[in-house]
Amino acid sequence: MTQESGAIQEIQDKPLQIGDITLHSRLIVGTGKYKSFEETEQALAASGTEMVTVALRRVDFDAGDNLLNHIDTKKYIILPNTAGCYNADDAIRVSRLGREIGNSNLVKLEVLGDPDTLLPNPMETLKALKVLVKDGFTVMTYTNDDPVMAKVLEEEGSTVVMPAGAPIGSGQGILNPNNIRIILERAKVPIIVDAGVGTASDVTRAFELGCEAVLLNTGIAGAKDAVHMAIAMKHAAIAGRQAFLSGRIPKKLYANASSPALDF
Amino acid sequence: MMNKMKILLNGKSIELTDVQTVSQLLDSLDMKAGRVAVELNREIIRKESYESQAIQDGDEIEVLQFVGGGSR
Repeated sequence: MTQESGAIQEIQDKPLQIGDITLHSRLIVGTGKYKSFEETEQALAASGTEMVTVALRRVDFDAGDNLLNHIDTKKYIILPNTAGCYNADDAIRVSRLGREIGNSNLVKLEVLGDPDTLLPNPMETLKALKVLVKDGFTVMTYTNDDPVMAKVLEEEGSTVVMPAGAPIGSGQGILNPNNIRIILERAKVPIIVDAGVGTASDVTRAFELGCEAVLLNTGIAGAKDAVHMAIAMKHAAIAGRQAFLSGRIPKKLYANASSPALDF
Repeated sequence: MMNKMKILLNGKSIELTDVQTVSQLLDSLDMKAGRVAVELNREIIRKESYESQAIQDGDEIEVLQFVGGGSR
């Protein structure tokens, strides 16, 4: 039973496939809210992520610098998003503009309902998805944790479906794990928890439920020490994923002794 | 002879001198072609067309770039 030499390794995980993209890290990290480009670079590196999401805005010609000067596009896959869009037309426009810069068909579609809740608008999201799929995009769609909507998005060609754990930036974790479980049980496409992650255990929880990846931003960028929180998130993802692959014990109402029930 | 025109760039009215194409406009703004996306009168201009795409007086041009942002 003793281990002669070399520690037992983690379970070899298969990479996550999104369209023609292969990811080994299962964390996707946003690039907003960092104190500086330098901190952004450090936190991304510390998280071990291979895919980073970026928003699109008018150039401020007085500012001079460009985020892409600080993100190594050989190291990270750029996932343009439609953050800030409140209707399908804007989201389609932003997706197409992002394609021009990113040279890829990848887009994170998010169409929000209102600025107070930042919850998705399902009708406009669906409308945009249909157009983008026809247009050849690989769409990663942000949605509520609604099992019916998740299925509809899958059927309409969303490459992955990304339910919110909790409202964007709220840091409340996964508020309705039952819904996430139902989404997971019925899904044929990868399910990625997007939004609401506050701390490392939230990430772990998402993977324990069976999610294929987690997308987060504020949980890292808003932490007092963003770079070390990024490291914590990396380990949380590994822990949760390994626990999921290892198969947890079922929950029981009564105790179950771990010592053998033998005579003394 | 100086060639002058007025355009609306990212919502601001500016005057251009001796700029005739999208490519020249980006150069004058110190923007690299691969780092931005360009809309001319609400239509996306492909990178391949920057050199040939003429700008005219009164055009509305948007220049956009990636910024930090995600699932906030």
